[in-house]
Amino acid sequence: MSDNAINKSSIRKNDTALKVVIYIVSIFFAILTLFPFVIMFTNSFRSTFEIQGSTLGLVSAHPFQNLAKNWNEITNKEFNPWIGFRNSFIISTLATILNVYFSSLTAYAISAYEWKLRDAFNNMIVGIMMVPGTVTTIGFVQVVYQLGLANKLFMFIIPAIASPMTVFFMRQYLAASLSMEIVQSARIDGAGEFRIFNQIVIPLMKPAIATQAIFGYVASWNNLFMPLILLTETEKKTIPVMVKLLNGDIYRREYGAIYLGLLVTVLPLIVVYAFLSRYIVEGVALGGVKS
Amino acid sequence: MRNKKLVNYAKYGYLFSIPFILTFLIFTLYPIVYTFLIGFTDLSGAGNTTWHLITSKDAVGGPKGLFDNFIAVLTNGSFQKAFSNTVIIWTINFVPQLGFALLFTAWFTDRRSKVKGSGIFKILFYMPNIITAATVAILFNVLFGYPKGAVNDIIIGFSKLFGVQKELMQSDPKAWELAVMFDFNNNAWALKLIVAFIQFYQWYGYTMVNLVAGVIGISPEIFEAAEIDGANRVQTFFRVTLPCIRQILLFVLVTSLIGGLNMFDVPQLYADEKRANGAIMTLNMFVRSQGLDNRYLYNKAAAASVIMFIVIVALSAIIFFILRDKDEAKLKKLRKQELKALKKGM
Repeated sequence: MSDNAINKSSIRKNDTALKVVIYIVSIFFAILTLFPFVIMFTNSFRSTFEIQGSTLGLVSAHPFQNLAKNWNEITNKEFNPWIGFRNSFIISTLATILNVYFSSLTAYAISAYEWKLRDAFNNMIVGIMMVPGTVTTIGFVQVVYQLGLANKLFMFIIPAIASPMTVFFMRQYLAASLSMEIVQSARIDGAGEFRIFNQIVIPLMKPAIATQAIFGYVASWNNLFMPLILLTETEKKTIPVMVKLLNGDIYRREYGAIYLGLLVTVLPLIVVYAFLSRYIVEGVALGGVKS
Repeated sequence: MRNKKLVNYAKYGYLFSIPFILTFLIFTLYPIVYTFLIGFTDLSGAGNTTWHLITSKDAVGGPKGLFDNFIAVLTNGSFQKAFSNTVIIWTINFVPQLGFALLFTAWFTDRRSKVKGSGIFKILFYMPNIITAATVAILFNVLFGYPKGAVNDIIIGFSKLFGVQKELMQSDPKAWELAVMFDFNNNAWALKLIVAFIQFYQWYGYTMVNLVAGVIGISPEIFEAAEIDGANRVQTFFRVTLPCIRQILLFVLVTSLIGGLNMFDVPQLYADEKRANGAIMTLNMFVRSQGLDNRYLYNKAAAASVIMFIVIVALSAIIFFILRDKDEAKLKKLRKQELKALKKGM
């Protein structure tokens, strides 16, 4: 009896020790995660001269004067966040809409109808999913030249219609949630197939569409490889391409301006993440488990 | 009866797939095929779109062997360097990434001692993943700057704190500072380690969230049974949890490997492919520099892409084979045989 009690208390002590370790390591990683962003934020309000003294200082005597000066410094040169935001916004928004709508439509075509080439088509989608997009760079660039689409935002929007990953995810979702009886009863009521998809199936898929839209949007917003190659005119640059300017010669040693430029480009993402983080983290998990 | 009804609607299956198929043909399949094809041609020169097969008489520089571009790429010192860089950086990033992700997974899903605030930690750890990689790369570049950067400031701070080389410090503070500071961004191994660290920083949270979801999906009865059998935490984790999340480990491994071989944004923006003799030039940076950076050797770049493609497919296949569910594979085989038997019977 007493042996048992000792055992239990020693287990409890171990538990507390373990918990202390867990919290220390977790808090260390939390600080590690936030540190670069904190430095970026505080130094946006400091002058280049102050930063050269030490990067780690927190508050400046004239934070808002410095901010204004840093802002002038970046916007006087080629870096134009508004153009970057506008282009990124156009591409990401339109591409995301096309992506989720047509992926849902394709997934529905595979799930709801029985057609001869369906299995072949489905297998092809799964196979293509494994091919990373960057492997096709040279071919894609040639296609863009042939179609005369260089420096057109269009070429990053239209390809979103065919996104095997999203189709795969949507199909998995439909397999679990679509009941053909609803579709049948809508048919009896005289609804056309296209109308059934738009008015019954799309609302049914809302959770899957929300998840895929968030990830599609972020992926499109952060995309660098192809835009860096194909968007060479300043007027057409997206935010990640614009960010590259901050590492170039024109801002060398203008630390205050560089930090502010970086801050401006991540601010929208951080705001979005603050509101949607829960759904985003759940969505990641969903994608992983389903695949 | 059911089949008949579905057959009536078959045309909608085709109809609804048309937008996908058309876009796919133009922007995915054609570029893939074209990339393969260009690997066997003489195509080069800015914006050029006309080409000859490399074996034909009209080819620029005369006819060559069919696989000449591939041989040229494989024997190119820069390509070999890019290949080893990519593998080294991915490995340095992935081992601790998976290690810490597993550790946090074990901690955050522990049934016996629930960690409060694990939700907030999860959200924080995942955050770097959605931030533009280009921005993160440049931010770290400035943080590791020389002579002025946050990391060097921290090193100096610590040295002062522990009174390293006090006499030198007092005699000539400027010289002392330069002696302690380190030029991270021009040292080959420092660059590799930093890029690997940024990859780790951006992806460990993602990996952890995936693994945690997998563990939550395991039926609680299995853990209860292990507890009753007297398994301790470590035993439970290695003997019960890990085997149960094998599928997700496979998913994480394959996606990380494909992503790692395609690594581009972080090294490209941290420092270009020439820094420190190409210390962080990755395969994709090599492709871009061959095909699109002043040289316009489209044929060589395409050949390099095809080689990357083959490597990725081969590695994915190996991983799938090693981690495949043997029982399920057997079941599938059985099912197929049954189906065949049924068909024959009919």
